[in-house]
Amino acid sequence: MSLIEPGGIDCDIHPSVPNLTALHPYLSDHWRDIIHQRGMHELNSIAYPANAPLTARPDWRVPGKVPGSDLDLLRQHALNPFRTSLAIANCLYGVQLLFSEDMGAGFAKAVNDWMAREWLDKEPRLRASIVVPAQNPEMAVEEINRVAPDKRFVQVLMLVMGDMPLGKRHYWPIYQAAEKHGLAVGIHAGSAYRHPVTPLGWPSYYTEDYAANAAAFQQALSSLICEGVFTKFPDLKVVLLESGFTWLPAHLWRLTKFWRGLRMEVPWVDRSPTEVVKSNVRLTITPCDSPPTEDMFQTLMEHMDSNELLLFSTDYPHWQFEGEDVLPPGLSREMVRKIMIDNPRATYARLTETVA
Amino acid sequence: MNVQVTTRPTPSAVNQSKLATADCDIHPQRRSDKDLHPYLEQRWIEHMQMFGARPRQAYQNGPAYPKGQPNAARRDAWPPGGKPGSDLPFLREQLLDANNCVLGVLNATGDNGQSYQNREFGAAICHAMNEWLIHEWLDPEPRLKGSLVVPYEDAEAAVKEIERYAGDPRFVQVLMLNRTSEPAGQKRYWKVYEAAAAANLPVGVHAFGFGGHASSGSGWPSYYIEDMVGHAQSCQAFVTSMIVEGVFERVPGLKLVMIEGGFAWVPPMLWRLDKLWKTLRVETPHLKRLPSEYAREQLWLTTQPMEEPLKREQVLDTIEWIGWDRLLFATDYPHWDYDDPAHVLPMPVAEEKKRGFFLNNAVALYRQG
Repeated sequence: MSLIEPGGIDCDIHPSVPNLTALHPYLSDHWRDIIHQRGMHELNSIAYPANAPLTARPDWRVPGKVPGSDLDLLRQHALNPFRTSLAIANCLYGVQLLFSEDMGAGFAKAVNDWMAREWLDKEPRLRASIVVPAQNPEMAVEEINRVAPDKRFVQVLMLVMGDMPLGKRHYWPIYQAAEKHGLAVGIHAGSAYRHPVTPLGWPSYYTEDYAANAAAFQQALSSLICEGVFTKFPDLKVVLLESGFTWLPAHLWRLTKFWRGLRMEVPWVDRSPTEVVKSNVRLTITPCDSPPTEDMFQTLMEHMDSNELLLFSTDYPHWQFEGEDVLPPGLSREMVRKIMIDNPRATYARLTETVA
Repeated sequence: MNVQVTTRPTPSAVNQSKLATADCDIHPQRRSDKDLHPYLEQRWIEHMQMFGARPRQAYQNGPAYPKGQPNAARRDAWPPGGKPGSDLPFLREQLLDANNCVLGVLNATGDNGQSYQNREFGAAICHAMNEWLIHEWLDPEPRLKGSLVVPYEDAEAAVKEIERYAGDPRFVQVLMLNRTSEPAGQKRYWKVYEAAAAANLPVGVHAFGFGGHASSGSGWPSYYIEDMVGHAQSCQAFVTSMIVEGVFERVPGLKLVMIEGGFAWVPPMLWRLDKLWKTLRVETPHLKRLPSEYAREQLWLTTQPMEEPLKREQVLDTIEWIGWDRLLFATDYPHWDYDDPAHVLPMPVAEEKKRGFFLNNAVALYRQG
């Protein structure tokens, strides 16, 4: 393992909504009534089955608590041991999975207000992402505009698999609003399950469902670049969260080669995809789907061809590593500092604004 | 359709020897549907004329993503008066002789019956394709070997087709397309893999196919470039399903060849699966070994379109990780993204590795030694 740098910035932790009741104070009367009248269930996505090993590390499971739902435990498990100065909370409660756009908007608003009151107000090391109803970009923009004045929100949060590929013009109002407010766009593993998670249909095993996120990120990246999102919004930073990252060189080799052969189809893509990624795209480091040897990992880092792409993350409470072994082995002190401090600060404009 | 193509001098001369090659992805095309008539019942000839192919896609003719070039072909690959890949003497001269190709594997993809909505009609077309391959390509040109076109969505019909040609030395593998209707490792396809293994035939899985699902987990992308790049992601889904469902465990004699999907995605996909298996193996007790170990023994990949890092030599790292014995050279003739054997490895490579890459791996896999 590589030693961590004190004061690091953890770019992907997951505070959980313990239950719908916790959102009651932040919902309008209408949605509170609806919960009871219709007997709504919790909005927990199948992306993380409650008792699946990956969903929470065994030593981070506490009887009677939904993993990630308790601030003291989060301090004890994630913030303190990694000597984290700041951590970005990405709430994965499944409001983007709802088919009703109105309900998605109503619950996204509640999640954001719950996040501000129950977490950010109580723990100064926390920052958060704005949960948006991606089902309807117009409503998503309204929510961004409503929450953005609170500078503790540093990012807009979307899922990697939604109704349509993320680069489509349909979503551009969201990117425009994010760029305007100096917010990054964080794209997290997971699906709204509008489509099967693979191009071959629904897989049998949860293992495959989770594995499929890597391919989904590859395709989301293709879409964002080919549609010209970064030509239109050159200052936009997109962060791939819980994406894995070891697939990146292979994907960029292929995408850049096809861009050379087919750029007449997407003439607005005026730089090579590899260059676009270096300037506009970042990836969190956990899970690290690393090769079996340290030598191979070093070679892979050379293939990455930049020391600015990776951002530190624990992915708390998901089970991706043991103990404090969060960083892959063989990283230099300088690289660790880049990953844990410099790169997150360079990515999230708002982090430096709010740090004393 | 031919345009005048000016040959420009190319900078890489390191490997410009005329080593013998095996070309593991060549695409023959029929001159017209009439080429299949001798091998079809009258009912299906009439059906074809009246209703057309009706694959699981929108258009009667041509793809929903217009190709990068007419017929996706090299501009110089149009034989006089015909379509690219439809003229054996022209192909002999432009491809086989020019590349000193001693073994060429024909993958009759495109409109071949495999992705038709009407499965019974599709099975009839698949069979006709195989007879057409024998009569127009494999018998006249012994350097060419065939991939057996099977209606894999209907396993029973596919098994029948495999058993019909088992032992026929003109066919060297069973052909599937990548975008299946359900993840490829699922039970409905197992009989196809068992029959292929029993016939000592690898299963070659070519890019494309119309399984009926969007080509990404987020729906349909806008562009041909995304569709093309996306074959690598479809391949990942295919191989992941084969591994996690335990197909390699259940059918140890199965040899899988992924064709035209690239290969650099293989190591990171396997690292991910190995890592996940350690956390989640309780879900898949039918797996006895690490996912990467199944791939190391039972997976091969064709090389085209060759991976091209900015630092070209980095691809050698990737090949080392996969294994030099796993890669099968392919040109994808007559398509526009054709790879020229003189230029795919423009860096020094040990002679033995190079010979495996260009020839010996394919000779061994397809038992042509």
